[in-house]
Amino acid sequence: MTLLAIVISGFVLAVAAPWVTRATGKYAGWILAALPAAIAGYLISQVSSVASGQTVSVAYQWIPGLGIDLSFMLDGLSLLFALMISGIGALILIYAGGYLAGHPHQGRLFCFLLLFMGSMLGVVLAANVLTLFVFWELTSITSYLLIGFDHRRKEARAAALQALLVTGLGGLAMLAGLLLMGHVAGSYSISEILSRRDVLQSHALAPAITVLILVGCFTKSAQFPFHFWLPGAMEAPTPISAYLHSSTMVKAGIYLMARLTPALGSTELWQWLLTGAGAATMLAGALLAMRESYLKRLLAYSTVSALGIITMGLGIGTEKAISAAIAFILAHALYKGSLFMVAGAIDHETGEKDVDKLSGLRSAMPILSIVALLAAASQAGFPPLAGFVAKEMMLESALHAPIIAVALTAALTLSAALLVVVAGLVAFKPFFGGERPTPRHAHEPPLSLLLGPGLLAILGVAVALVPGTLADPLIAPAASATLGTESHTHFKIWHGFNLALGLSAIATGVGVLVYATRSRWMPLAGATAGLDRLSPTACYHGVLRFVTAFAESQTRMIQTGRLRDYLIVIFLVTIGVVSYPLITRVGPPVWNELGTLHWLDVGIAVLILLSAFAAVTAKNRLLAIIALGMAGLGVTMFYVIYAAPDLALTQISIEALSVVLFVLVFRRLPDFRSLSSRAGKLRDVLIACAGGAMMAGLVLMATSYPSATSVSRDLAERSYPDGHGKNVVNVILVDFRAMDTMGEITVLAIAALGVYSLLKLRDRIDEQPSASAPSAGGRA
Amino acid sequence: MSTLAVLPVILPLAAGAASVLLWKSLRVQRVVGVAATLALVIVSLLLFREVNREGIIVVHMGSWPSPIGISFVVDLFGSIMVVLAAITGAATAIYSVRGIDKRRQSFLYFPLLHILLMGVCGAFLTGDIFNLYVWFEVLLMSSFVLLALGNERDQLEGAIKYVTINLMSSALFLTAIGILYGTFGTLDMADLSRKIAATQNTGIVTTLSMLFLIAFGIKAAIFPLFFWLPASYHTPPFAVSAIFAGLLTKVGVYAIIRVFTLLFPIDPGFTRPLMLFLAAMTMLTGVLGAASQMEFRRVLSFHIISQIGYMLLGLALATPLALAGSVFYIMHHIIVKANLFFIAGLAERIRGTSDLKAIGPVSVYARSPLVAILFFIPAMSLAGIPPLSGFFAKLVLVRAGLEIGEWAIIAVALVVSILTLYSMTKIWAEAFWKGPARREDEAESDNKDAVPPSMLLPVATLAAITVAVGLFAGPIFDIASRAAAQLLDKEGYVRAVLGDEAMQEEESP
Repeated sequence: MTLLAIVISGFVLAVAAPWVTRATGKYAGWILAALPAAIAGYLISQVSSVASGQTVSVAYQWIPGLGIDLSFMLDGLSLLFALMISGIGALILIYAGGYLAGHPHQGRLFCFLLLFMGSMLGVVLAANVLTLFVFWELTSITSYLLIGFDHRRKEARAAALQALLVTGLGGLAMLAGLLLMGHVAGSYSISEILSRRDVLQSHALAPAITVLILVGCFTKSAQFPFHFWLPGAMEAPTPISAYLHSSTMVKAGIYLMARLTPALGSTELWQWLLTGAGAATMLAGALLAMRESYLKRLLAYSTVSALGIITMGLGIGTEKAISAAIAFILAHALYKGSLFMVAGAIDHETGEKDVDKLSGLRSAMPILSIVALLAAASQAGFPPLAGFVAKEMMLESALHAPIIAVALTAALTLSAALLVVVAGLVAFKPFFGGERPTPRHAHEPPLSLLLGPGLLAILGVAVALVPGTLADPLIAPAASATLGTESHTHFKIWHGFNLALGLSAIATGVGVLVYATRSRWMPLAGATAGLDRLSPTACYHGVLRFVTAFAESQTRMIQTGRLRDYLIVIFLVTIGVVSYPLITRVGPPVWNELGTLHWLDVGIAVLILLSAFAAVTAKNRLLAIIALGMAGLGVTMFYVIYAAPDLALTQISIEALSVVLFVLVFRRLPDFRSLSSRAGKLRDVLIACAGGAMMAGLVLMATSYPSATSVSRDLAERSYPDGHGKNVVNVILVDFRAMDTMGEITVLAIAALGVYSLLKLRDRIDEQPSASAPSAGGRA
Repeated sequence: MSTLAVLPVILPLAAGAASVLLWKSLRVQRVVGVAATLALVIVSLLLFREVNREGIIVVHMGSWPSPIGISFVVDLFGSIMVVLAAITGAATAIYSVRGIDKRRQSFLYFPLLHILLMGVCGAFLTGDIFNLYVWFEVLLMSSFVLLALGNERDQLEGAIKYVTINLMSSALFLTAIGILYGTFGTLDMADLSRKIAATQNTGIVTTLSMLFLIAFGIKAAIFPLFFWLPASYHTPPFAVSAIFAGLLTKVGVYAIIRVFTLLFPIDPGFTRPLMLFLAAMTMLTGVLGAASQMEFRRVLSFHIISQIGYMLLGLALATPLALAGSVFYIMHHIIVKANLFFIAGLAERIRGTSDLKAIGPVSVYARSPLVAILFFIPAMSLAGIPPLSGFFAKLVLVRAGLEIGEWAIIAVALVVSILTLYSMTKIWAEAFWKGPARREDEAESDNKDAVPPSMLLPVATLAAITVAVGLFAGPIFDIASRAAAQLLDKEGYVRAVLGDEAMQEEESP
């Protein structure tokens, strides 16, 4: 019950947020933060019971027919994530209250943030993969709205779309993967799926399931080559970046990989994909960060790198590596959330985003500089901070990785060194050195902007210093849930003098050295700009351009605007689709009645043919109409011969009337002109002949069928005794099938009224030209 | 009970006739229009409840037993369709009170609307193939006049294409009925069903079924027969577009589903691959068409085509789950699609254009985001975002396809889904997000009184239904799957119409 309330409450408060904001003004952030704080409080109260191995779970029916239920569970893994989401969420709401103070759409921002928080909590608490997917997609959509918060700016709109399309495409692949997984496992419940590891892994679809689900996770967690949307998403206001793009949404993919590790993990494919993508992402993120000088983009690339490290850890898959990955998730959320908020505070108080132009702010904002240094030191992996411990653990597991251990270790060391450089750029460079003027007069940010980053930075120290109380109860259960068995690895600062410590020292040293001499390396980073044409971003834009261009040309080809083209296509399709089974399935036409043909039949048929020929070759309109009338009369003759006087009479009057009407109307039309080319005519002749042949074939098919007992005999028999009419046609029309007649009368009435309305309305338009809405031109 | 089954036809006919008689008074016509369509909603819900409780309802017109006379046969699928038609009709009527200009209102707009609904409901209720043709004619004629009413140049151009191509469909339909009658000697669908099932000559059946596929395919706007739809749907007033978008093509889809479940088997060697191919191409060409357009209604029009592909897909996959997916998709689609056209109308009234290049920002987003939210809900539903109706509709179909290993078509469906999202966000970004760099510069040209409550009400109601269908997807899916099971139970249908002895009779001729 509580779990459901936790997920739902975010959505409920989101709806109320704009009104709350309007009513409470600048305190709105503090007030709204009460909900996530309360959720975090509840979660903390559950830590000890979850650590002892208990899981809380609830289930409500939702769509039983599809195996989707509203079920949630709280185990070690979901607890860690839910705590980060709600805890950081509370701080972000407070921060956003200060950051966007007085913004006219602050209420909307709170609304989106709370929607996002609810969705995210849904993702990590869901106990059913399809329910999880529902919330997963909701995070994509809320993130779209959040990235596009500054919707007047073109860049914001483009970045929002890019993030949505990349994660959306991944999401669809993942949906297919989840459905297949549920199909193979026989259930969509996560606990059921996790218990069917053997069935899943031995199934022929296992590789497809793995790849499809991982595509979803990789796009969401910005793994190479899908990483590019994340730096783009920095168009969002900073509270959003700090929340979505450092500590929560980008970890959704990580969460799902960890969640499914007991079911899908430790296959060779899984290992290679995760370590491969993870290592590539880690390096790409760290290297690309070197080219940036904007605070938030620097942080975004370092986030990409960190996400790669975590994925790599999950891919290595040993007990140590999993624990290291989990520890890294926690450490990263603490320092990166903090750093983003610091970056936002700097921007907010100075109006400057470019690191190159920031310097010596220490004296103007002393508290912020301490916070920044603490958080950055954790990112750089300096002891005694959480980032240090996580890095040590990761190095240790990379050294003992089952595959390509040396390469992974080397790559990790290099990335760690580059992360030191980033840490220096975002937290050292702006605060130290000589003072430089900034667009706005720099001063210490208000409490609302300091609380979040400060608290997270302090937690980064505390976690490392008292790991037994703060880290282990969170990390060990989460690692156990990921492993599927109990984890015995502990989060501790000192592992003794070992190779990992040595590598760590090397990384730090190299990092500091590169930072100090960075002006020499800058041209090198700039030189890589030539590669941008091949980058995933370029591919994304290329694909987008191609799709739009292709869409346009194919649409222009199909929807030509010429009715004649349309009719030709429809005729050809009809002939093709009907003739194929007619020829292949029905067999050659049989003409049973051929022998019984009377000369009169043949004569009338010839007459009709000649009239039709005359109609199409006629040089003037009158001739064509008369020829058409002749053809109609020919058909009437058949009715006469085959004893259907009612039909014949009706047909004669229709033919006569239409000839008269045609003549009346055509008098007012311009001259008869031949507009078709010879080739066009030839084509039309061929189509017409093929159509005629098809119709003849159909009729022969019907007549060759052994005649079934027809209802027409019943109709004739019952006409007089039951229908009280001697003329069976009349009885059919007004009694047996009176409903048809009623419908047809309606048709005629509507036709008559319609003609009247259209003509009258036209007269009125002619009198006073109406202000009709201008319609966008183009082909119809 | 039997009255209930014919009321969806009688009620609009009476309302239409009354409106014609009272055509001097616009006020009365409006009142009748809203009241009669709302009454239709109630009737349709009662009918649905009855069918849901009692099973298939059969009404023999004039008490002539099938196959002598015409019967209305109301099963779950049919009654669901009537409910959807009634809801769309009521929303349209309310929206039209202010949304349709006086000029059109005083020239039979409301009567035409009623008769259109009559035709649509008749098509969903009848159990006779020729009677179905008659209802097609009713709705073709009334829709043609509605399309042309107003005599604007674009309208007439679109109406000509619309009526020409649809008349071709009618001719094919009539031909098909003629040959069907010539072959099997009956027009009653239940009777046809058992006679077709008993025949040895499957070639004839397949060939005949193709004629119906083409005839209904034109109505349903499947690939490559859909030309009339993008040529005409953007031309009439928005209310007319909306009801067309909601209902017309779905009558075609309904007919395809009806005949290919009740009458014709889906030949696995020919019909099935053909349908899958057509479904894939319909989805793709439709969505690509939408991606290439920059006008509100043209984008939406092409999307209709794309989604018809999904509905056809469910039929072609031919499992109970897939068919349930089709039914669910139709339920979702009608509500969402009509609503999007209504909202396009609101945006156009606010900004005076529906060209996406010029429309932005419909700056109500900046001030009061109501219209924007009302657009966002159906738009995201259309793109298949959970927890809205469109997600579950898509989910069922995708799952059904994956379970029988139809990888290719499901891949197409998923790619189409992301392209749908792309073009919906295009409208969103152009119409609601775009704007001058400074907030103060916008909203000068806004017509603030453009959106009266009577036009917001139907939009908000339909949006609420979309959300509700998603949140209560459980019972809705349950209904859809029971409707699908009923569709696949031919014998149940035949027995309901012709009585128990009919089945044995045919087995031992």
